[in-house]
Amino acid sequence: MMNLIRLFGSRAASAPVARERLQILLSHERGRNGAPDLLELLRSEILGVVSRHVELDPEKIVVRMDRGKFVSMLEVDIEVPNGVQRSKMAAAT
Amino acid sequence: MAKVLVVTSGKGGVGKTTSTAALGAALAQIGQTVVVIDFDVGLRNLDLVMGAERRVVFDLINVTQGVAKLQQALIRDKRLENLWLLPASQTRDKDALTDDGVKRVIAELKTKFDWILCDSPAGIERGATLAMRYADEAIIVTNPEVSSVRDSDRIIGMLDSKTVRAERGERVEKHLLITRYDSARAARGEMLSIDDVLEILATPLLGIVPESQDVLKASNVGSPVTLNNAASAPARAYIDAVRRLMGETVPMTVPVARKSLMNRLLRRRAA
Repeated sequence: MMNLIRLFGSRAASAPVARERLQILLSHERGRNGAPDLLELLRSEILGVVSRHVELDPEKIVVRMDRGKFVSMLEVDIEVPNGVQRSKMAAAT
Repeated sequence: MAKVLVVTSGKGGVGKTTSTAALGAALAQIGQTVVVIDFDVGLRNLDLVMGAERRVVFDLINVTQGVAKLQQALIRDKRLENLWLLPASQTRDKDALTDDGVKRVIAELKTKFDWILCDSPAGIERGATLAMRYADEAIIVTNPEVSSVRDSDRIIGMLDSKTVRAERGERVEKHLLITRYDSARAARGEMLSIDDVLEILATPLLGIVPESQDVLKASNVGSPVTLNNAASAPARAYIDAVRRLMGETVPMTVPVARKSLMNRLLRRRAA
């Protein structure tokens, strides 16, 4: 829809775009009373689980998010060094 | 040499966030490497005006608290590859922002960027004082209206006393940016004139941004006005302001809308 509006040039009304952007944003922000939304919860728990087994180097983690109206994307890209992984697991068992 | 520039005003709703986005994009468009930082903890909006609201993962406070690395929190603009955003936190309390944390983040940003634009929250509380704390230069956004001018005066006083530069006996270079200016109303004496504002605030003028519908249109679609419609009157005002920031001498004018036939027809229909 947004692409269609763009296709017809900047003269098309911008208010519908604003409304759609706000609907997506607010659907994620509303009614949580400050609690993190699902996407944020998933992010922090995924990182939490991985960090129990692997020494996480913050430089080697890429987290990307794209919130959509119907579907959102959470992409967590973690580089796991082989040697470190084994030693930490051995310590845990 | 990296420059830290705070965009501030005291009063809310005068156009700080719009101006930060527009100036940041205009600087990036002439090849400067730019980061814009939202200091409005709890009420972030620079992400929305920049069109990056769906991509925020980590924020300024995550970085100051060591939860995330700087490069994880920085969001690269989708249109300009040398324009970056460091969003504010939406949920945490304002006390989470500390002087020491801001100092470290700005020091790190200085090694990576030509310009660090700090979008100050309204008011004179912690967020506003920390946004200006490490500034080399300041843009005071003022509307030609009594309460805005009064608050700007207050902010100018703070820039001269509460910043690191002021405490060292140096000065923060100050620029006045008058926004939402309506030449016709000023001519009719219904609005403070540019000369009135300049006389009261005694601060060099960086630019005059006319009141324009293009500003709302740009924020509707999440694009800095200088990117959304570079030929529009406010965009040209911001682009001129950026040239002055870069040291160019540009004659001071109030850009007016260039009306195309199509535009005029559409405007009549919309009215």
